[in-house]
Amino acid sequence: MAHSYTPGLKVAPYTTLRRERKLPLAGTVLAKVGQQVEAETVVARTELPGNVQTVNAANILGVLPEDVPDCLVKPVGSPVKKGEAFAESRSFFGLFRSKCVAPVDGTLESLSTVTGQAILREAPIPVEVDAYVDGTVVEVHERQGVTVETKGSFIQGIFGIGGETCGILHVCVQKPSDVLTEAMIGDDARGKILVGGSHVSTKVLRHAISKGARGVVIGGFDDHDLREFLGYDLGVAITGSEEKGLTLVVTEGFGEIPMANRTFELLKSCEGRKVSVSGATQIRAGVLRPEIVAPRAAEASLRGDGSQEHGGLELGSQIRVIREPYFGRLGKVVALPPELVALETEAKVRVLEVDFGSGARAMLPRANVEMIET
Amino acid sequence: MSIPKPENLKSILATDCGSTTTKAILIEKRDGEYRLIVRGEAPTTVEAPFEDVTRGVLNAIMEVEELAGRKILDGETILSPQNGNVGVDLYISTSSAGGGLQMMVSGVVKTMTGESAQRAALGAGAIVMDVIASNDGRLPHEKIKRIRQLRPDMILLSGGVDGGTTSHVAEMAELLAAADPKARLGAGYELPVIYAGNKDARGIVEERLAKKTALVITDNLRPVLERENLSPARDKIHDLFMEHVMAHAPGYKKLMTWSPVPIMPTPGAVGLIMETIARDEGINVIGVDIGGATTDVFSVFQGVFNRTVSANLGMSYSVSNVLAEAGLPNILRWVPFEISEPDLRNRIKNKMIRPTTIPQTLEELIIEQAISREALRLAFEQHKMLAVGLKGVQQERTISDTFEQTGSGATLVRLDHLDLLVGSGGVLSHAPRRSQAALMLLDAFLPEHITELAVDSIFMMPQLGVLSTVHPQAAKQVFEKDCLIRLGSSVAPVGPGKEGMAMLKVSLELPGGKREDFSVPYGELRLVPLGEGQTATAVLRPEKSFDVGAGKGKERSVTLKGGEVGLIFDCRGRQPFGLPEDRTKRIGKLADWNDALDIYPVAAAAARS
Repeated sequence: MAHSYTPGLKVAPYTTLRRERKLPLAGTVLAKVGQQVEAETVVARTELPGNVQTVNAANILGVLPEDVPDCLVKPVGSPVKKGEAFAESRSFFGLFRSKCVAPVDGTLESLSTVTGQAILREAPIPVEVDAYVDGTVVEVHERQGVTVETKGSFIQGIFGIGGETCGILHVCVQKPSDVLTEAMIGDDARGKILVGGSHVSTKVLRHAISKGARGVVIGGFDDHDLREFLGYDLGVAITGSEEKGLTLVVTEGFGEIPMANRTFELLKSCEGRKVSVSGATQIRAGVLRPEIVAPRAAEASLRGDGSQEHGGLELGSQIRVIREPYFGRLGKVVALPPELVALETEAKVRVLEVDFGSGARAMLPRANVEMIET
Repeated sequence: MSIPKPENLKSILATDCGSTTTKAILIEKRDGEYRLIVRGEAPTTVEAPFEDVTRGVLNAIMEVEELAGRKILDGETILSPQNGNVGVDLYISTSSAGGGLQMMVSGVVKTMTGESAQRAALGAGAIVMDVIASNDGRLPHEKIKRIRQLRPDMILLSGGVDGGTTSHVAEMAELLAAADPKARLGAGYELPVIYAGNKDARGIVEERLAKKTALVITDNLRPVLERENLSPARDKIHDLFMEHVMAHAPGYKKLMTWSPVPIMPTPGAVGLIMETIARDEGINVIGVDIGGATTDVFSVFQGVFNRTVSANLGMSYSVSNVLAEAGLPNILRWVPFEISEPDLRNRIKNKMIRPTTIPQTLEELIIEQAISREALRLAFEQHKMLAVGLKGVQQERTISDTFEQTGSGATLVRLDHLDLLVGSGGVLSHAPRRSQAALMLLDAFLPEHITELAVDSIFMMPQLGVLSTVHPQAAKQVFEKDCLIRLGSSVAPVGPGKEGMAMLKVSLELPGGKREDFSVPYGELRLVPLGEGQTATAVLRPEKSFDVGAGKGKERSVTLKGGEVGLIFDCRGRQPFGLPEDRTKRIGKLADWNDALDIYPVAAAAARS
């Protein structure tokens, strides 16, 4: 096979990361190249155009659309207060007055002589973008934002819920196969990112929220818990905007699955450090996976850049099985036979042989494994 | 690379960048006709670490190179023209990677110009995210909020017949201008807006939108109430898709330079093929392409082509949405063994987050095929709702219409008039046994009376669709010889009945003069092998409450076409079709049907039960 492209989740003890921090619309950049920033530092700011309200002025005034401009008491473009009249008409020899009042504070943006509609725009909505990670601004995108660079540990999850947050990392469990329970989450969880083992339930997540935790990193999560936590059945994996009071990062998948040992050990090595976490997931074009970033700037001089070029599957590659019947198991590739092999389903596919350790081996479709990238 | 003259075209390399997989096929002219030589595939690479669609294309081409034993690439360059056994004469591509073209459409009246606009967008292969209309029941600020939230790739604005209302069109344009919409891809570029409404309102629309959007004006898609003119709007959608949307997706700019033929959206290409089949054979056709993210349904009835793209109904990225829309009981009803609901839910979610995996066990395959039945069924339901006659048109009726009164806007899709049902897409094309594809199609679409079934052999209709635009003869030859696999015909009597009651008597005259007479009771499936290219004459005698196309209880003599599966006598009931409520009975029934069509390997299935 020419190029065995096998997607994988990155678990890197030390790497260089860059994160673009861009505004949704052009605005003002507040940071400079070379500036040291903290995760909470606001690096760019803008204002989104305010919401729009329409008023059918012609109807209210009882005039033809083309006559509405003659009824204006405030010119187009002027500010208006809620309840303030911006147009009025008189009828029956001037005895009766009809008034158009503004439903909101805003600006009289436009008036149509075809439809008779007036459009009022509310005050602009301020938008700020923070640095998300502790690091250095390495690039300024004019009127758009900045790129922040940080060096440290980086772990990609498979699925997450909730937006960006940061806090001190705290490992709650002894080993990756432990289930995270309420008893493990005490009052000291406030402001922290908690690391569990193989499973967390919605009940425990709610307990973590009540204790002020900002995030939970876990190996497995059940779909019925997800439905309960979100309040709806998630149709496509596009997340990140949920406001549940906590960011959840699932590292392995759905069900009770021990966190990969390598991931767990790396997270343990970050105990007590400030980490940045995002639950945003988009499993479509331009895939976005949830992540945990633990800056380790102080160690920069001691270590090289640990990131490696992504390669294909090869003998000895560390892999994780991502489909039944061995879902969640970790192993090492011991054979990559080139010929197509018939599965139990009778489909003929490319396979590999994996050693799960302690002598247990299995033949699997190559499509059903992912590399554990380092 | 330029388009060679047809007489000089010896080899064609075609790719389709799907949302999950990039497929490549090599077609060569051998002994005077074009044939498929090999097929390669690789994961689509619009995501990190590559974020460049050409990487997946190159990987798929490399697989073709290996399988064909022929050099096509020089590094990242496709060698062209063909020189001996090196290079190809033409490279073409289709794409639905990037989630497809996502559009919003707008019309004055939701069920009239709004629906016409929807058809134009769907016909161009777009996903319609929402239809905004003057009378859609939402307040203006709600519509504006919706436009801003959705961030479509493109907006199609229509409304009014020529010479008709301008004020409502102006209202829609004003809403759009107030929303100041921004595109999904690229903060710095203007959102393409196509105006295809009342020509008298062009100035009004231009005044409101020209400065805020990349406005393009084209012919009215409903110039008069009785007629749609969708082609100009569809063409503009294609052009703008190429210029604006694809150009902003990762790697497309590079891919576009590789081919002299514009990259076509996958549904557009498959639609071309479906239209060609219906036109050439003069038949009514339904086609379906079930992908990872979307399921596209095509139909041609009485020469009228319709296409719907069901966004978020698919077998990988959208598999969880099938669960959300169909509900767990509807999926479970097709699973012929006990499985715990939490387990099934977790499996489906795991497929959603790891969309490129394949079923390794028979149990997993059966679950995927159960989900696909629901995805197909839901997509078909949506199609039937949209493939309707023009609404708002007064119909002239004659005395002969007295007993068949359908209002304007009735669905054009008539299962009892369907001649051919074609399936395409991974779960159908790659089903290990063709009989599995046949049963999935039967269960999801429930064709009535006599219908021929077919499947795209290895999922290459998109590539042949785009090829048909530059070399129709090559596309037709490959399509007939290598792409379309005839599965056979289904005979499905219509009418309510009860388990075990007499339903259909059949007298068959098979090739070689062999005769077979049998009865099929209500609730059963029966398979009679009859190979591809073979036909059998049949006399069908339904019981008095059932209809096979000649009327209730009336005998019908027909010629039935065979295929890789054969003749399927589907006496499980239509209008209604139902599965037993009782779990044990239902599992038993599914097992019987699977046995009747020899759907799954016996040993593995037995071990599981």
